[in-house]
Amino acid sequence: MSDIVLREDIPDTMLPDGAAGGRRLHTIEIDSHSLNFGPQHPSAHGVLRLVLEMDGEVVARAVPHIGLLHRGTEKLIEYKTYMKALPYFDRLDYVSPMCEEQAFALATEKLLGIEIPDRAKWIRTMFAEITRILNHLLNITSFGLDCGALTPALWGYEEREKLLEFYEAASGARFHANYFRPGGVARDLPLGLTDRIAAWAEEFPRFIDDLEAMLTGNRIWKQRTVGIGVFTSEQALDWGFSGPCLRASGVPWDLRRSQPYDMYDQVSFAVPVARNGDCYDRYLVRVAEMRESVKIIVQCLQKMPAGPVRIQDNKISPPSRREMKRSMEALIHHFKLFTEGYHVPPGSTYIAVESPKGEFGVYLVADGSNRPYRCKIRPTGFSHLQAIDELSRRHMLADTVAIIGSLDLVFGEIDR
Amino acid sequence: MEQFFFHTVAGLVVLTVLECLAILVPLLMAVAYLVYGERKVLGAIQLRKGPNTVGPFGLFQTFADAIKMLTKETVIPSGANRALYLLAPFLTFVLAMIAWAVIPTNNGWAIANINVGVLYLFAVSSLGVYGILIAGWASNSKYAFLGGLRSAAQMVSYEVSLGLVIVSILLVVGSLNLNDIILAQRHVWFCLPMLPMFVIFFISALAETNRAPFDLPEGESELVAGFFVEYSSLAFGLFFLGEYMNMILMSAMTSILFLGGWLAPFNIAPFTWVPGPIWLILKILFVLFMFIWVRATFPRYRYDQLMRLGWKVFLPFSLVWMVLTAGFLMATGMLPVGSANGVG
Repeated sequence: MSDIVLREDIPDTMLPDGAAGGRRLHTIEIDSHSLNFGPQHPSAHGVLRLVLEMDGEVVARAVPHIGLLHRGTEKLIEYKTYMKALPYFDRLDYVSPMCEEQAFALATEKLLGIEIPDRAKWIRTMFAEITRILNHLLNITSFGLDCGALTPALWGYEEREKLLEFYEAASGARFHANYFRPGGVARDLPLGLTDRIAAWAEEFPRFIDDLEAMLTGNRIWKQRTVGIGVFTSEQALDWGFSGPCLRASGVPWDLRRSQPYDMYDQVSFAVPVARNGDCYDRYLVRVAEMRESVKIIVQCLQKMPAGPVRIQDNKISPPSRREMKRSMEALIHHFKLFTEGYHVPPGSTYIAVESPKGEFGVYLVADGSNRPYRCKIRPTGFSHLQAIDELSRRHMLADTVAIIGSLDLVFGEIDR
Repeated sequence: MEQFFFHTVAGLVVLTVLECLAILVPLLMAVAYLVYGERKVLGAIQLRKGPNTVGPFGLFQTFADAIKMLTKETVIPSGANRALYLLAPFLTFVLAMIAWAVIPTNNGWAIANINVGVLYLFAVSSLGVYGILIAGWASNSKYAFLGGLRSAAQMVSYEVSLGLVIVSILLVVGSLNLNDIILAQRHVWFCLPMLPMFVIFFISALAETNRAPFDLPEGESELVAGFFVEYSSLAFGLFFLGEYMNMILMSAMTSILFLGGWLAPFNIAPFTWVPGPIWLILKILFVLFMFIWVRATFPRYRYDQLMRLGWKVFLPFSLVWMVLTAGFLMATGMLPVGSANGVG
């Protein structure tokens, strides 16, 4: 509220009622209304709460509120052995569980100073790419759903189901796999799984074609996404973007390429980069990445050697069940591993992997005990979410929904 | 008997009530099965089964849903304007029903075969926006309010181009009577000579009934459910029924104006054996299928894009087409001035 002194030369008759006497007017600022978007909102992708300051249908300011899914993962990990800490990573970004496990497994292995068998690396690389497709399928189709395209979502679930069956065959669980362990993977692939994956990899590109037929050339889809939420490469770097969101803005940065881990230096794949940095480009980059992932999976299947899938050091990875039945030492190892766990020499490391959403990092500090002293997780979605105000300012409400969809936010990892 | 029904006041009242029931009961059943059909068609397009549990092939699913809905509590938000809040669903529902009075199901079969049939339909569907606007405002909720605003803007915009499409039809027919409009299509359905108008009419009908890709008023991913977000139980049910009845109504209008209504596709033997109402129902089903097909295929427009399409594309185009139609008819001397078919 502020007072405005009116000019003396305005005749009294032209003043509004009540103002004539004092020639002073109270002006009341007409506030733009605020809209509480989420956490219970169909497009909130979990528990996002956005407080939108609206100017009619136009978003003047978007303030994200986080913490509704905070579970204290990082603190909990400090009280668990390294092996027991791993399942927490499945539950961070629950759409791409194995990639998160990979970061923690790699970090622990680095601190332990061990090298895992080749077959384990190949299996990890393959399942990391399956995870990437799982994630992108859900993101692209739910992004479509946010913009009102119903059908791709249902088609996508059909394909995801096939991939989750591979998860289940390998690890016994559809989502919370707990499969990549420090020292390798939990168990070898069951017989016949590689053939099933190969058959699927043959089919899948055709599904991507179908999916693209629904969206890529669709005029309404383009109207909804082209030029929406544009970020230049400088902006994207300034805001700490990574993954497809960064590559959509024209920065060819992919950790699989720049600092390869597991077997990524042994496979050939392209890193799709787009130029405009809008929602449509983020969508296109993800579609192209799915095609590249299929290529990587095929190469993994071809190049995967036979052999052990875990490091053979029984101080770190459990002995085989058969051995336990006849060797006292193996039994002791097993008991020690699953109660006390292994001790990790003091040191700290930061390992980042290219999770489907971007750079997912684990900063692990070991103090020589059997539990991490500190485990800081660098979530991918957090830095994307913080840009939502910048991205959606002066856009319409419906565009904000499209932007949220294109950023690929999952609150399991943002809130941790 | 004839004396009672046609020559006494009581008889006429009874007759009218019977006529109304004869159209409304099948209509409500049609809504129930339209919902079922929509879910089945969507299911087929999305590679899933759709309802298949309640009754044979899931045929009773809609009734199960209706019973469930009616047993819910009617929640009235504390900030709502109670009278208007409760009025809105009834208004929507009643307006969706009364429009059917003029729809002819066979030659001369309509509750009211009035000479201003098209105008009446147009007036009723224009009033439909009030139900939504009142619901959006009376709920005293931001989401509902935005939904109501969007809906009002949308329905008003598309009514303009709908009106111009209808005017160009009227120019050709020379009558506002729906029966005459159908009879004028004996030789060729209007969807052929006026194909662009047919397309515009169909798309505008989608917008008018708030169907995808123009379902912004209820835009689920933005406004949760839009103008009826606060409604529950019967009040929600009335909106729902009204919406689906409007869908059927717009399909019927599309059939009547462009697809020859109850006329057989060819005026030759095997086609003419099938009675008119069956043809009308088949055509309505076809248009409804298109409604659902579009819903399964397209993303949703944004509010401003929808407005742009309405005002900057459809309106000028239908205006030009109307002028062209009038000019063509005038030049060739085919303009039906005065009475075309003895009425009007």
